[in-house]
Amino acid sequence: MTAIVSRGTVRLDVEACKGCALCVPACPPRVLSMSTARNERGARYPELVPGCTGCGACRLVCPDYCFEVYKFDEPVVHEVGGGEA
Amino acid sequence: MTAADKRSLPVLDIAAPPSQAAHLVGDFRPELLRSSEHDLCPGCGEPVAMRLALEVVQELGCAQRAICSVGIGCYTNFTLTMDVDSVQCLHGRAPSVATGIKRMRPESLCFTLQGDGDMVNEGLQEVVHAAARGERITCIMLNNGVFGETGGHMTATTVLGQRTKSSLEGRDAGYHGHPILIADLLAPLGGAAYVARGSVYNAAAITATKRMLRHAFQAQLDGRGFSFVEILTMCPTGWFIPVEQGPQYLHEVLGAVHGVGVLRDGDQLRTTRELLAEPRKGSR
Amino acid sequence: MTSIAPAPRRQLMAGSEAIVAAAVEAGCRFFAGYPMTPFTEVLEAFARRLPPVGGVCINAESEIEAVGMAWGALATGARAATGSTGQGLSLMMESFSEIARAELPLVVINMARGQYDYTQATRGGGHGDYRHLVLAPIDVDEAVDLVPLAFDLADRWRNPVQIYGDYLLAHTVQSVAVAPRAFPPLPAKDWAVDGSLGGTGRARNINSLGLVRDLKGIRPQELWTRLQAKWDRMAAEEIRFEAEHTADAELVVVAFGSLAKFARYVVRQLRAEGRAVGYFRPITLWPFPKVELGRAAGGCRRIAVLEQNAGQMVEDVLLSVLGRVETVSIGGISTDNSGFGVGDLLNADEVRRRIEGALP
Repeated sequence: MTAIVSRGTVRLDVEACKGCALCVPACPPRVLSMSTARNERGARYPELVPGCTGCGACRLVCPDYCFEVYKFDEPVVHEVGGGEA
Repeated sequence: MTAADKRSLPVLDIAAPPSQAAHLVGDFRPELLRSSEHDLCPGCGEPVAMRLALEVVQELGCAQRAICSVGIGCYTNFTLTMDVDSVQCLHGRAPSVATGIKRMRPESLCFTLQGDGDMVNEGLQEVVHAAARGERITCIMLNNGVFGETGGHMTATTVLGQRTKSSLEGRDAGYHGHPILIADLLAPLGGAAYVARGSVYNAAAITATKRMLRHAFQAQLDGRGFSFVEILTMCPTGWFIPVEQGPQYLHEVLGAVHGVGVLRDGDQLRTTRELLAEPRKGSR
Repeated sequence: MTSIAPAPRRQLMAGSEAIVAAAVEAGCRFFAGYPMTPFTEVLEAFARRLPPVGGVCINAESEIEAVGMAWGALATGARAATGSTGQGLSLMMESFSEIARAELPLVVINMARGQYDYTQATRGGGHGDYRHLVLAPIDVDEAVDLVPLAFDLADRWRNPVQIYGDYLLAHTVQSVAVAPRAFPPLPAKDWAVDGSLGGTGRARNINSLGLVRDLKGIRPQELWTRLQAKWDRMAAEEIRFEAEHTADAELVVVAFGSLAKFARYVVRQLRAEGRAVGYFRPITLWPFPKVELGRAAGGCRRIAVLEQNAGQMVEDVLLSVLGRVETVSIGGISTDNSGFGVGDLLNADEVRRRIEGALP
C-alpha cells in the first residue's frame, strides 16, 4: 500500500465541461485525466486521482468555469494500491 | 509515480464539495458573471481572460461603478451573462463610446472589451486617439490573431506564416504585409499611463495577466490617463488546430511576435522588441 | 409677491450660434463634432458655451468618433448632440442606424451645403429600418424654437431628431431670444447606464439587437417590429407644416428650409397682385405631411416643387397626391463655386421667375 497525500481537491461542474482537456497538462501534479464516460453534451470530462495540491491551475485555465478548488484543513492521506508504487 | 501508475489510482468523487474539512480557494466563476454558460468554443482563451477582468473589477470594489463598452466578436456573447452595465458598440468603435461615457460619468470605471480584428483593423484610429488624448478609460484587447466570430480570417495582428481563410498559404509579408503591434503604437503616446500585454496560455501567465489588469484599472482610478491591456488568447477553431495544441501555439507562434510584458508604466517605456530580447522563461 | 419674469433678452446671433445657445439652454451637456464647412461654427459655439455650464465639447478625430462619443454620452442619460454637413453625416450613417435602434435620443445638427440633402436626411444612408425625425427651420427665429423641441421629442420618443439647417441659416444673423421652454414631464431615463446595478443580477445593457438576457440571446425581430410601430406612431403624431393661401390656389408651391422663405415671400407678393398661388412648407421633413399636403393641394391645378437639388423632396410630394395633381420641379442644383454655399436660386427674383413660369 502506498500513501498519497492530497492537500486539496476540486469540485467539477460536469455538465459545463466541453471536453477541451486543457486542464490535464495544466495540472502540476498531473492528477487530472479525461474520463471515458461522456456528459450530456457528449464531452469527456476530467477525473481526479489523489495528489491534488489545491493550486487552482485547472480552474485558471478552464474556459468553461468547471472547477471549484478547495484546500483541506488537514492534508488527506489516501492509502492506495496493493502492489509497488 | 508514472502517469500510467497514476491512471490506476482510484478516481475520486468530485461532483460534490469535499466531505473532509476544507476551505474554498476558488469559485466556479466570478461573482460578476451570472452564469457559466457561454457559446464560445472548447479551448477558447477569451473566457479565461473575461474571468480575470471581472474578478479585478470586483476585487477593486468597482462593481457598481463599472461600465463596459463592448465591441463585436465572440466575446460579445458575455453581454448575456456579465453583471456589469454595458453598451453594445459597433466593430472597432468602443473607445469613442467609452469616451462619451467617461466624460459624462467621470467617477465610473470605464473599460472596453474588444478583439484584435475589432480594435486593430476597424478601430485603429479610435484607440490611438483615445490613448493620445489620455482618455481615462481602460481598453482591453483579446488578441487571438484572427477574426474568430466570422470563421477565422486574417487580422492586422495575424503573424507572418499564420494560415487563415484569407491567408491560405500563410501570411506573406510581400502580399499581406506585416502585423501591427498595437501596444507599441500606444505605449509612447503622451496620454498613455499603462500599457501591457499578457497571455492566458498557462496558469502563471494567467496570474501575471490578472496583475496587469489590476494595474491598468488602478491607473484609471488614479486619473493617470489611458490604460491598455492586450491579452493573447487561444482560438484553436480559427487557427485550425486541435484544441489541445492551443496553448502551445499561442505561446510559440503568437507569443513569439506579440511579446508579453509591460510596455508603459508612468515614465517607463519599453518596446515589444526589448521584451522579446529578454530571456524567455517557460512561463511569463 | 409674484415676480414677473423678465422678457428674454433679444440679441443678434448668427444661426449657428443661436442654435447652439438654444441647445445649451435646453440642457444639452455633451457635443462632439468635426470641423466642416458650413457646420464648423456649430462646433466652435459648443466649444465656447458648454464648458462654462459644466458640459463637455470634444473636437473628435473624425465624424465617426464624434457620433460614437455622443452615443456614449447618451447612454449615460445625458442630453447630447452631434452634427455635420452632408459628407460628414454620410460617415455617421452606420452609427445613426444603431443609435436609432438602441432608442437613444441623439440630436443631430445638420448644416447642409449648397446641394440640399433632403434624401439623406429623410431616408438616411444607414442600414435597416430606422427613422430620424427631421425638423427644417425656415430661419434663425424658427430654429431657436425648434431646437428645444428637438431635444424634447428625442427624449419623448427615445429616437434621434435632426435639425436640418444650411449654409444660409448658419451664417444669417438675426435678432433672436433664446429662452427656456416648458414641456410636459418626461419619463425617467431608467435605462441609462451608470454602473449602479452592477453585481445585483440586473445590470443594464444598451443595444440595438433586442438582447434579452433571460432568453440568453437577442430578439431583433421583436425589437425592430416594436420600433416600426413606434415610427408609425411618430408619423401620425408629430407632423408639422405651414401653409398659406392653398384653399383657392391654382398653383401650390412646396418648399422647405431657407429656400422656403423666398418661396413664401414671392407667393405673398403674387397673392397681393391677385394671382391664385398658394404655399406649403413641411416643417417636419420626416414625417412628411403627406395627408396634409394632399388635402391642401388636392384642388389645385399644379404643384411646383422648389428645392435646391436635382429632385429629392419631389418624391414625397408625388406620394402625397398620387397622381391627382400635376407636379413639376422648378428648383434644381444651385450652388456657388465652393460647393458649400449660396447659388443663384437663393434669390427672390429668380424664385419669382420660376414660380411665375409654373403658373397654369
